[in-house]
Amino acid sequence: MEKFMLIFHGGSDVAPEMKSPEAMQNHMQKWFAWIEKLQKEGRYESGEALLPHGKFVSGPNKLVTDGPFAESKELVGGYFIVLAKDLDDAVKLTHDYPDFIFNGKVQVRPVQKIDM
Amino acid sequence: MAQPPKNVEQLVGHLFRIEAGKMAAVLTRLLGTEHFDTAEDIVQDTLLKAMESWRMRGIPDNPSAWMYKVAHNKAIDWIRTEQRKTKSVLNDQRDAEVTSDPFSGAEAVFAEEEIQDSVLRMMFACCHPSIPVESQVALTLKTLGGLSVAEIGHAFLTTEETIAKRIYRAKEKIKEQKIKLDPPSVFELPQRLNSLLRVLYLLFNEGYHSSSGDVLIREDLCAEAMRLTYLLVNHSATNLPKVNALMALMCLQSSRFEARTSVSGEIILLENQDRNKWNQMLIQKGLWFLEKASTSPTLNEYLVEASIASVHALAKRFEDTSWDKLIALYDVLLEMKPSPVVSLNRAIAIGYALSPEQGIKELQKIVKLEANSHYYVALGNFYLKLYNYDAALTSFQNALAKTFHTPERELIEQKIILSKQSGLPNGTDFPTAL
Repeated sequence: MEKFMLIFHGGSDVAPEMKSPEAMQNHMQKWFAWIEKLQKEGRYESGEALLPHGKFVSGPNKLVTDGPFAESKELVGGYFIVLAKDLDDAVKLTHDYPDFIFNGKVQVRPVQKIDM
Repeated sequence: MAQPPKNVEQLVGHLFRIEAGKMAAVLTRLLGTEHFDTAEDIVQDTLLKAMESWRMRGIPDNPSAWMYKVAHNKAIDWIRTEQRKTKSVLNDQRDAEVTSDPFSGAEAVFAEEEIQDSVLRMMFACCHPSIPVESQVALTLKTLGGLSVAEIGHAFLTTEETIAKRIYRAKEKIKEQKIKLDPPSVFELPQRLNSLLRVLYLLFNEGYHSSSGDVLIREDLCAEAMRLTYLLVNHSATNLPKVNALMALMCLQSSRFEARTSVSGEIILLENQDRNKWNQMLIQKGLWFLEKASTSPTLNEYLVEASIASVHALAKRFEDTSWDKLIALYDVLLEMKPSPVVSLNRAIAIGYALSPEQGIKELQKIVKLEANSHYYVALGNFYLKLYNYDAALTSFQNALAKTFHTPERELIEQKIILSKQSGLPNGTDFPTAL
């Protein structure tokens, strides 16, 4: 099994359906169910949620600029590290990602291994 | 590394919704009713933050405390920004000192024991007598019940726009009348409490006497009404006989929830309900609240209605129902709250206590129920008992023309078939289910 990073863009934070506390809670339960499934299959390594604000540091002068870095629908909201056989397998793991209905996107990237 | 999220089951039923109501109350108390919308925005932001963070990191050990901390910080941020604005305009040292007070205020209102108090004050504000009743109901559900405008619209079979307008009107009144989140004075309390109880009663009734199909949402309305009434019962200032009477009524009525519909969603009438399915715990609670309510020196409609519900709850079988007691209670209720629907129920009780003929006679005395399907069903039922199938058929056909409620229509259609087949001698009754 190899490590892959699932990077989540946009999704529920911009959906009008999220006006209802009940809907929010139900949506969160879907995430829990997804993570639980990944854990049971031994695929889940770790994950973090990111806050929307931040800083950019760039150039030789280490210039610091403010976020936001992108439109909110493109904003990275968090990531998982998962285990999969290959890229295709990793893509399959995203099938239960709950935010597709809110036009969320998942970027699937293999984590580079150091070959000795 | 993030801890793996905890089990799905660990999150309490309606945590978000309930906490949304509490936070709205706390924040409105802190920021003032003129910043109602800001308080709502902070609640919304807080829930979003909780959802976004918890879904990947799991639920914190104390989810409510987590939310309050976030809401508290957001409120302080907002106050700071507002102060900066004021300062730059006034640039007055004294003024800044005065407005820095809310920080200590924030700690106070977020204290555990103050939260319930804020919710209670918010209930009184949402149900202020100067706000139109339908707006009171909508605002209470929105702010304290944590329901979205769409969900309320769904529950009341109306559009989102209508509900949004009602809420807007309520907020305008609150601004106009400068309604504060202060507890009502001793002098004000009876009137303010009446207004509040009425909203809770309407809320419960809307859920209980379904006029739409969506069972889940309707049971939620009842649960919400009960939860808020229970808060009143639990507070020393509002633990009054009348409040206990309403609580008793709600417990006794909801004890029959399970037995009222079949697995496939058909209505089961009081007469045919499996009484083993009645929730004994709720009945016991209801009777207990009823006892506390009975200490009242004066009668009130909730007490009489709860007593009526208790008569049904205490009958082991339908045949054991104490119809005489019911007639007496309906007589009292009719005097307090003259309404054709009360007359209808009284007539039905008379029909059982005395004879179907007497029942029909009483029913025929009632005016203003020409549009009520229950009225014709009751009439039809008594005709069935008298083997007068033609009159029964006419009554049931009248009834069918008055309702669009699917489960009810199905029931009436069955009755029509019965009447055409010259019926079963022991017709089922409707709407003895209160």
